[in-house]
Amino acid sequence: MAAKKTTTTPASDLSGRLKERDARTTKKIIDLAEEMVRRALSGQDPIIQIPTRAKSNTLWNAKRGILEMGKATAARPLFDLKTAKQFMQTMLHSNTISDLIAAGKTSSLRGVFYKAKHTVAGTRENTFDGQDESDPILEDLEVALGALREELHVFAENRGSMVGNITIVDRGDEINCRKMGSGGYALPSIVEPDIIQFKKSEAKFILHVEKGTVWNRFNEDRFWEKNNCILTHGAGQPPRGCRRLLQRMTQELKLPLICVLDCDPWGHYIYSVIKQGSISLAFESSRLAIPEAKFLGIRAKDFHQCKLDDAVKIDLTDNDIKRAGEIAAYPWFEKHKGWQREIDQLLKNGFKMEVESLITKDISYVTDTYVPERLKARDWID
Amino acid sequence: MERHIDMTSAAKDVKRRGSNAEEMGARQRDISVSEFFAKNRHLLGFDNPRKALLTTVKEAVDNSLDACEEGGILPELAVVIEDLQPDRAATVKSSRYRVTIVDNGPGIVRKQVENIFGRLLYGSKFHRLKMSRGQQGIGISAAGMYGLITTGKPMTIVTRPKATALAHRIELAMNTKTNRAEVIADEETQDFPPERLRSVTLGARALAGEKGFLDAIEFPTGTSVSIELEGRYQRGRGSVDEFLELTAIANPHAKFVFVPPSRESATEEDDMPLVTQGAASAASSATTTTETHGVLIFPRGVQELPRETQEIQPHPKGIELGILLQMLKEYEATEKGSLYSFLQERFCRISPTTAALMCKKIGVTTRTRASDIDPTVAEKLFKEFEATKLAPPPTDCLAPIGVRQMLAGMLKGVRAEFYAASSREAAVYRGRPFQIEAAIAFGGDLPCEESARVIRFANRVPLLFQQSACSSFKAIAETAWKNYGLQQPRGNVPTGPLVVMIHMASVWVPFTSESKEAIADYDEIRKEMKLALMECGRKLGTYLRKRLKMKRESDRRDVFERYIGEIAKALHQITGHNPKPIYDALLVQARAKTKVADVELDEDGRVLKSEAASSEEDDDDDGVIILQSAIPNLPTTTLRAIAPIEFDEVPAVTKTRASKAKVSAPVASAALKPTASKAPVAKSTTKKSASRSVADTPSLF
Repeated sequence: MAAKKTTTTPASDLSGRLKERDARTTKKIIDLAEEMVRRALSGQDPIIQIPTRAKSNTLWNAKRGILEMGKATAARPLFDLKTAKQFMQTMLHSNTISDLIAAGKTSSLRGVFYKAKHTVAGTRENTFDGQDESDPILEDLEVALGALREELHVFAENRGSMVGNITIVDRGDEINCRKMGSGGYALPSIVEPDIIQFKKSEAKFILHVEKGTVWNRFNEDRFWEKNNCILTHGAGQPPRGCRRLLQRMTQELKLPLICVLDCDPWGHYIYSVIKQGSISLAFESSRLAIPEAKFLGIRAKDFHQCKLDDAVKIDLTDNDIKRAGEIAAYPWFEKHKGWQREIDQLLKNGFKMEVESLITKDISYVTDTYVPERLKARDWID
Repeated sequence: MERHIDMTSAAKDVKRRGSNAEEMGARQRDISVSEFFAKNRHLLGFDNPRKALLTTVKEAVDNSLDACEEGGILPELAVVIEDLQPDRAATVKSSRYRVTIVDNGPGIVRKQVENIFGRLLYGSKFHRLKMSRGQQGIGISAAGMYGLITTGKPMTIVTRPKATALAHRIELAMNTKTNRAEVIADEETQDFPPERLRSVTLGARALAGEKGFLDAIEFPTGTSVSIELEGRYQRGRGSVDEFLELTAIANPHAKFVFVPPSRESATEEDDMPLVTQGAASAASSATTTTETHGVLIFPRGVQELPRETQEIQPHPKGIELGILLQMLKEYEATEKGSLYSFLQERFCRISPTTAALMCKKIGVTTRTRASDIDPTVAEKLFKEFEATKLAPPPTDCLAPIGVRQMLAGMLKGVRAEFYAASSREAAVYRGRPFQIEAAIAFGGDLPCEESARVIRFANRVPLLFQQSACSSFKAIAETAWKNYGLQQPRGNVPTGPLVVMIHMASVWVPFTSESKEAIADYDEIRKEMKLALMECGRKLGTYLRKRLKMKRESDRRDVFERYIGEIAKALHQITGHNPKPIYDALLVQARAKTKVADVELDEDGRVLKSEAASSEEDDDDDGVIILQSAIPNLPTTTLRAIAPIEFDEVPAVTKTRASKAKVSAPVASAALKPTASKAPVAKSTTKKSASRSVADTPSLF
């Protein structure tokens, strides 16, 4: 692929903006650290205030149709057995981040974990026992500093793929998503405008499917070509990079987003996160949520409508039933008749269905018949 | 033999099988008690050479201690075992030993020597209800008999009953047929304590030179018994060493000096399966006695003798009908008094009123003579005993070891961190008063992974064998130690660093056999044992909970102090501030936040005593001693100096320099020195600051 410098943004301009952004972030970190030093030296409890990332602090903004983070914060004092270690970890990661910014490098979540991981002096205890301890501390820092992950120079693994009638520019490299073979364009975790720009797109809509296997079906059948669209998947619950890119495409290219997900509470939850945002990342909802996203299928009615075989039924577990009840009670679903009916039907059916269940009709039933027909009939829930 | 005779008589008269009554009658004769025991020596604890050696020592020591206490003398005993075949081959399992026990007791009057040492079932202790070590009067004479059987050598007794007179030296050989001793030699001598023993080994000679062994001044009167026997000397479970060690625990008022033989016998692997590596180490860890030149000295722990015990009359509730009839007969023969006075004189806890009431109830007058009581009336009387409500027998006949003395003994003998003891009130089984005491030692050097070690005593005599047949073992297994924070396999003794001591004091300890190895399982006894154990267990549980709490508190401090270093370092690298003041300031806060840990310790001052203080102070109503120094995880950890950080003296630097400095300036650990904390908390910890160790605290960098 031909590498070509983008001409839309002068490089010097970009690096100038980046420097400015880094200086801002560094200052935030130093301010936080200075505050702790001041508290320590003046005999005050060292406490970091961290906005609460929990359901209790998540507000439903009905007007914007997204989840937003409330104003509640939780104190993280050093001198509390429950939070002492987290306090130390937060300080260590602050230092790691400030080092990254000073060096002008970015690091993966795992890299940050390794950089801050060592044994606490004089003990055999590790500063971090695993990456699952490190990642939430970084998210805490994001909210505490009011800085986004990319501003902290941290990124996650690539996850999700994209093909379709669009050309983009990624760090100056032009990428033609029409010629991505069977693998597709891997979605990076940072897709902000300074990294990725959209160049040329004829697509009329975006079709987002739940996982790679289904996406493969659509790609192999050249669905995006036949139906002039962009085809994405997020490997299950889509990560931030995927959601951000979808949101940018819907906003900047004015493309509708159509989702094809499993007919189970998990699929409904994925849709809910894409549409309204999630609790733990509520602070990013305005960048991630896509309130216009539409749920095309699989629908609970499809078992009868498509005359599916009994073999496709997967019994709902107790947990599924509980989860369905919770989802039905989400404020954005609660007053939505379509969704209430959908979840009712699911519970009445007593079984769930995966997208792959349509294969029992025909291997390409989903791409040749199911999705095109529903699109034509505008048969979806939004 | 029997069978052989049968066959010859059968050959004489084919029609008649066996012997006629006359022939049988000719063979029927008295069996001498001594003859019986010569054939059944296992009943007395002479089953094998090793045990024989132990039993010999044990019987002699028991007798000596009893004699000393009865004479009001603080006992000092020398136990000397000489190996008479020191040059035997290494594989020979047993050897000939001469066992000599010398005491500083009151001595024995000449005419009683033969009776005491030469007859089985002769003694002062069998006929009376008084607490003493020996009971039946079998022990020492049986040992002498065993020696005679195995070596042919008589036993030698040297006794000086009067400090101003000469001692008697008597050699006795027991005639098993007649149950009488034959005197082989009888002379008067100046040689007491026997001079020869003072130089029996190099160690003995060295000790004697320091006036620490068999010094004539310490032995104005006393008795020395020497028995030669075939035996085997081997340390470990069930050994002479263990016996003396345990005896010293239960008799803190006595001093023992033990001169062991020069070498141990060849081992026989499957002989003592109990002697595992761990058991041996448990036994050895329990000895805090001093050992000089191979001689073991068990010093005296307390200076007073046990309370003098009173002899009591039997209690009506514990009597059997046959015994009652026997007593009536005896009374007729000696006193010829009335039943009314018989009841008052020959029983305890029968007042004149009660006696009169009993007489009335069985239909006789207070004047009725005891000789007029026929068996039917006696039976009525016996039933009346059962029915009448009587006070329990008096308990001044018992001399318990005492909580303080048990603690002193345990402290001397077992290296642990926590000691608790409890003494029950006296109780009664079968009309006989008894008293149970228990003590436990926990933690310290005791092995953690093994079953608790059980040490059992009856009237201050350690019981070394048949542990699982003993009532005390059952009591320990039935006690729910899990409630007190210990592990316990189902139906077994608990597991953990624990020594459990049980003592039963009684005028008559019910042993399961003549060799006095296990206490019979009476419900009343087991119940008392469990109650005593529970009392100790509760104290242990409280201690363990407190310890856990303190540990949690000190953990908390540990956590804070551990993280402070990391935080100071991170803050330094982000801001460029000097880390040292930040660290110090945070440390002050951390110490203040966990001050509870110090306070808890101080509040416990009441029970936190040093070893020296504990034996002097008498505020041991709690029956608890906690050795602070022996607690590995506690105050030392609480007050452990946390990584004394010597921060590299970095002046306030810019961010970039700081991050470089981290890599380029590691602080050599040699440069480390403890940061003298000027924090106010330092005051509260100065008391224990000596225990701080900074030598191995690693560097933060």
